[in-house]
Amino acid sequence: MTKTLYKRPEALTDARTHYCPGCGHGIAHKLIAEVIDELGIREKTVAIAPVGCAVLAYNYWNFDCSEAAHGRASAVATGIKRALPEKFVFAYQGDGDLAAIGTAETIHTANRGENICIIFVNNTVYGMTGGQMAPTTMIGQKTATSPKGRDYHTMGPPIKVCELLNTLEKPYYIERVSLDSPASIRKTKKAIKTAFEAQLAGKGYSFVEILSPCPTYQHTTPIGAMDFVKGPMQEVFPVKLFRKDGGKINE
Amino acid sequence: MKRILMTGNDGIGKGAVDAGCDCYFGYPITPQNELTAYMSLHMPMNDRVFIQAESEIAAVNMVYGASAAGKRTMTSSSSPGLSLKLEGISYMAGSELPAVIVNVQRGGPGLGNIAPSQADYFQAVKGGGHGDYNSIVLAPNSVQEMYDLTVLAFDLADKYRMPVMVLSDGRIGQMMEPMTVKENYKPTLIDKPWALNGCKGRKPNKVWSLKLGDGELEEHNIKLQAKYKEIKNQEVLFDEYMIDDCDTLLVAYGTSARIARGAIDIARKKGQKVGLLRPITLWPFPKDKIEELSTKVNKIITIEMSAGQMLEDVQLAVKGQCPVEFVGRMGGAIPTEQSIIEKI
Ligand SMILES: Cc1ncc(C[n+]2csc(CCOP(=O)(O)OP(=O)(O)O)c2C)c(N)n1
Ligand code: SF4
Repeated sequence: MTKTLYKRPEALTDARTHYCPGCGHGIAHKLIAEVIDELGIREKTVAIAPVGCAVLAYNYWNFDCSEAAHGRASAVATGIKRALPEKFVFAYQGDGDLAAIGTAETIHTANRGENICIIFVNNTVYGMTGGQMAPTTMIGQKTATSPKGRDYHTMGPPIKVCELLNTLEKPYYIERVSLDSPASIRKTKKAIKTAFEAQLAGKGYSFVEILSPCPTYQHTTPIGAMDFVKGPMQEVFPVKLFRKDGGKINE
Repeated sequence: MKRILMTGNDGIGKGAVDAGCDCYFGYPITPQNELTAYMSLHMPMNDRVFIQAESEIAAVNMVYGASAAGKRTMTSSSSPGLSLKLEGISYMAGSELPAVIVNVQRGGPGLGNIAPSQADYFQAVKGGGHGDYNSIVLAPNSVQEMYDLTVLAFDLADKYRMPVMVLSDGRIGQMMEPMTVKENYKPTLIDKPWALNGCKGRKPNKVWSLKLGDGELEEHNIKLQAKYKEIKNQEVLFDEYMIDDCDTLLVAYGTSARIARGAIDIARKKGQKVGLLRPITLWPFPKDKIEELSTKVNKIITIEMSAGQMLEDVQLAVKGQCPVEFVGRMGGAIPTEQSIIEKI
């Protein structure tokens, strides 16, 4: 007798992804698909893909998906959710998409407490366009447009989005998680599930930041990128539950 | 049928509500503020969605989402705000999403002023945003048409799966006139099997404009152009005033057309044979009609509240068959009947 230990989630297509070896996007896509299957919501889900390396996410997910212009995923998600409040709506965005060009949409969507989920993949760089500086690039980090490293005085420090959104009243759930080890990947899946369940229960805005390896533009190996996410990244972006059940977690 | 007194901006709002607009997203800007205010009251009153967005960019992208979800949806603004909406309009053209976009034009460029203008003609009828696309552009010249053409805009948007613009100006937006509204009107809604509403019992739907495959984007553009060609053949609308015997033809739309009519009435009393062709669709442009008339009249005068934008389309239609002259004012100024009569 054979026993199936694991199979591809129904919410994932069998398309081969275009991601570099060791990229975090593939892991994040799969976790989302597993949660959608577990909650049995594939047929009521509408996702919004970003402009960034995950722009083709709509080819990898086996449910309804929309593209959004660069940075506008929160606004598109708002439009879909308000139009179809009974459907499940989430947006998936990179750090350039969400925290640079889409900052206004991000903050105002959170402030309205839209009943949607945002999955925010922070890899500290603009992957798609060739590894330029992102709003989350760390001080001293070298990128295509900060060749001598990000300079605090002329470029400012990295933006910590969870901390920023946590100043608003309405978000229901905010957590920062990471993809640096099997254990943290399991925690990431749990966070995604908490966020999705919150929307299904009509609780409002949920935000999950996922610290993610990008070996290509973190300029290291796949293993090195895991270490980068676990070490230097978490010094700046602590893995943390910021808000749960609509209330801030005590510092 | 019911007669009521309304401003043009409210007329658009009432037209949208009657046309079954499910979701409206706006951002304040003069001279269209009455419309956003109207929607903030009447959309919730009719159990529809109203959001005052954080910017015109957010508003048009909310429209993108509501449209992708299969709903009738609209946003409105005035000139500087329209510049910001072009990103979303281009994306909707590419993703083939229906939507109604209202521009109550004001003077430009830049922040300009808040006086009525027609200087966004090029932006509206030549695509405006990036890429090879067009939007259908409807140009009302009365409060009645603000209402009627808004209703029509929703039907055309759904029929062709594309953005349709109502291009008005601050004068028509803010003036009050009596108009006839539809009572117990039920819009004819068409099926949207492409909409994103959950893949229950079907394959997942995708809404997108990115076409990276070899030749894929050109093929998509060829399809869009075929649609535009059909629209040019099917949807041209214009109005005629005293053109049967005219030897001087005025061409004007919106507020300019109202002034042109006034000038014609004065000129006719003096025995001058003057008529007006008023394009109602600025895109598709009534170029065949203008070409036909250009062989019958001695000259054509185009009247606009701009430096002469529609003028170029009139010249293209006329193909040099008669002289084309121009009367125009810029920066929110309005041409006078007298200045038109002098040209006649
Ligand atoms: C309006 C606009 N500006 C710029 C771009 C180019 N662009 C594409 S993706 C991207 C940044 C993506 O970075 P991020 O959001 O961090 O995602 P990642 O690729 O790292 O996953 C930029 C600037 C664009 N597509 N549209
Ligand atoms: S560039 Fe980075 S984010 Fe993009 S696919 Fe490669 S590893 Fe992933």
